[in-house]
Amino acid sequence: MVASECGDRTYLLDLLKEPVLDVQEFFLLAGRALKNIFRRPHYGDDIILQMDAIGVGSLPVVVMIGCFSGVVMALQMSRALAQYGQVGKTGTLVSLTLVRELGPVLTAIMVAGRNSTGMASELGSMKVTEQIDAMRALGTDPIQKLVTPRVIATCVMLPLLTIIADFVGMVGGFMIAKFVLSIESRQYWTSVWRALEWNDVTQGLLKPLVFALVVSLMGCYHGLRTTGGTQGVGKSTTQAMVAATVLIFVLDVLITKVFVSQGGS
Amino acid sequence: MAAETPAVLRFENVTVSFDGDVALRDISFAAFEGESRIILGAAGSGKTVLLKTAMGLTKPESGKVFVFGQDISTMPEKRLFDIRGKIGMLFQESALFDSLNIAENVAYPLLNQPSIQCPAAEVMPRVKRTLEFVELGETLEKFPSELSGGMRRRAAIARAVVTEPPLQMYDSPTAGLDPITAHTIMALLIKERDVSQATTLLVTHRYQDGNLMANFRYNSEQGALEPVRNGAQQKSRTTFMVMKEGRLVFESDQDAIESSKDPYIGKFVKQRV
Ligand SMILES: Nc1ncnc2c1ncn2[C@@H]1O[C@H](COP(=O)(O)OP(=O)(O)OP(=O)(O)O)[C@@H](O)[C@H]1O
Ligand SMILES: [Mg+2]
Repeated sequence: MVASECGDRTYLLDLLKEPVLDVQEFFLLAGRALKNIFRRPHYGDDIILQMDAIGVGSLPVVVMIGCFSGVVMALQMSRALAQYGQVGKTGTLVSLTLVRELGPVLTAIMVAGRNSTGMASELGSMKVTEQIDAMRALGTDPIQKLVTPRVIATCVMLPLLTIIADFVGMVGGFMIAKFVLSIESRQYWTSVWRALEWNDVTQGLLKPLVFALVVSLMGCYHGLRTTGGTQGVGKSTTQAMVAATVLIFVLDVLITKVFVSQGGS
Repeated sequence: MAAETPAVLRFENVTVSFDGDVALRDISFAAFEGESRIILGAAGSGKTVLLKTAMGLTKPESGKVFVFGQDISTMPEKRLFDIRGKIGMLFQESALFDSLNIAENVAYPLLNQPSIQCPAAEVMPRVKRTLEFVELGETLEKFPSELSGGMRRRAAIARAVVTEPPLQMYDSPTAGLDPITAHTIMALLIKERDVSQATTLLVTHRYQDGNLMANFRYNSEQGALEPVRNGAQQKSRTTFMVMKEGRLVFESDQDAIESSKDPYIGKFVKQRV
């Protein structure tokens, strides 16, 4: 406010100050959370609890999303392939799109919707009811106790969920292939299997790992910086969801770019 | 007077601000062993910030805070944990962990304070003893959301004192409670102070709380409060502090606050009915 009187340059700097500070704060939190993975004390119970909430809790919805995306991909791809008389290649396309893109991205978005928001609202309400302060007062580092277990649990569970989603999606594609397109099961599964190269598998596992960091850290970051009562909790919850989703897509593009320019196909 | 013995808590020209809004302005005072300090002040005058600064939960912008002789204003969080182990704090909103039940809440500092080595077998007996002390022996398994406001306040007091810290700070322990519960809680705090001989900081809106602290003591034989006869063995000194808009505008004993001509201070004293 004072700066606006001192000319445009300082005003612009003032405008930039807040986002820059936010980014810095985010990376500080991320750094501390990751450093704590190798430091004692470890809160094993909290990790298990979070794994249950993230992994087991998200399983039904991830299975459903995976299955339907496999079904839809098979239907759409077979129609496009029919123009070239290549309906038999349906399995290849389903497999590639699922492992490279749909599996990681859709699963991450589902988990962001369930768990980024959950973390933001849980940590946010702890913040506004002074529980975070109480935690510090009673001898625990909130980052160690709250953030690190969530990061670890998400980094373990999201890749697993993605693998499940990929597989269920392939099964979904298989049902279409068999009952609608009358492709032989053997042919479908062979084409699914042959389509995948190491490049695809690493890409398909690296993505969920990176997305897991985004999902958990965005949820915790927005939760911990909550201010202003219950209203603030609602706000951080929304922000966490939006930020996580946008970042997932941005990082997806970046990772894909790296792999496309690296691998030939 | 007590220049030889180091202060338990000492503020030296402490200023705290949040994004330019000053919450504490140039505060200096010292609290010595066994002393009780009553901190009065209007809403938003900085009482909570004062307690949080004393615990290192908020960092001063300038000035120094000494707790047990150590400067905590520049201390990294890791080293602060040792000092916080010696401070018990009741938060204004109780701040019980809602994911834990009452027994787990009270056990939390015993299990998590790095500076407190409590053998595992000792934890539950100590938790039970402390909860009985605040007359909540029946509610070990209940969750904070299942308790009334006054019970939650008492559970939070139990959590604050379970480690028997030599410095105890209570933020508005009687706010929003009926007179009977408020009196029960004050009696508990006086009991805790007299049993453990701790230095006590009490933030309150009600002058009568301070009056109780200053003039009553816990009689362990009768298990009740009794008035301290005037001037007789006043070992535990009581000092009144009044905060106004982040400043410390008054610091002295009870006689001085009652005879003060300042209208702001007078408003707090007159509540005494
Ligand atoms: N975390 C914070 N961020 C920004 N401002 C704060 C924060 N904590 C306190 N303040 C400001 O500091 C000032 C003092 O607040 P404080 O909570 O200490 O008041 P108080 O004396 O405890 O009031 P009450 O009796 O209502 O509890 C207020 O103006 C408040 O807006
Ligand atoms: Mg307050």
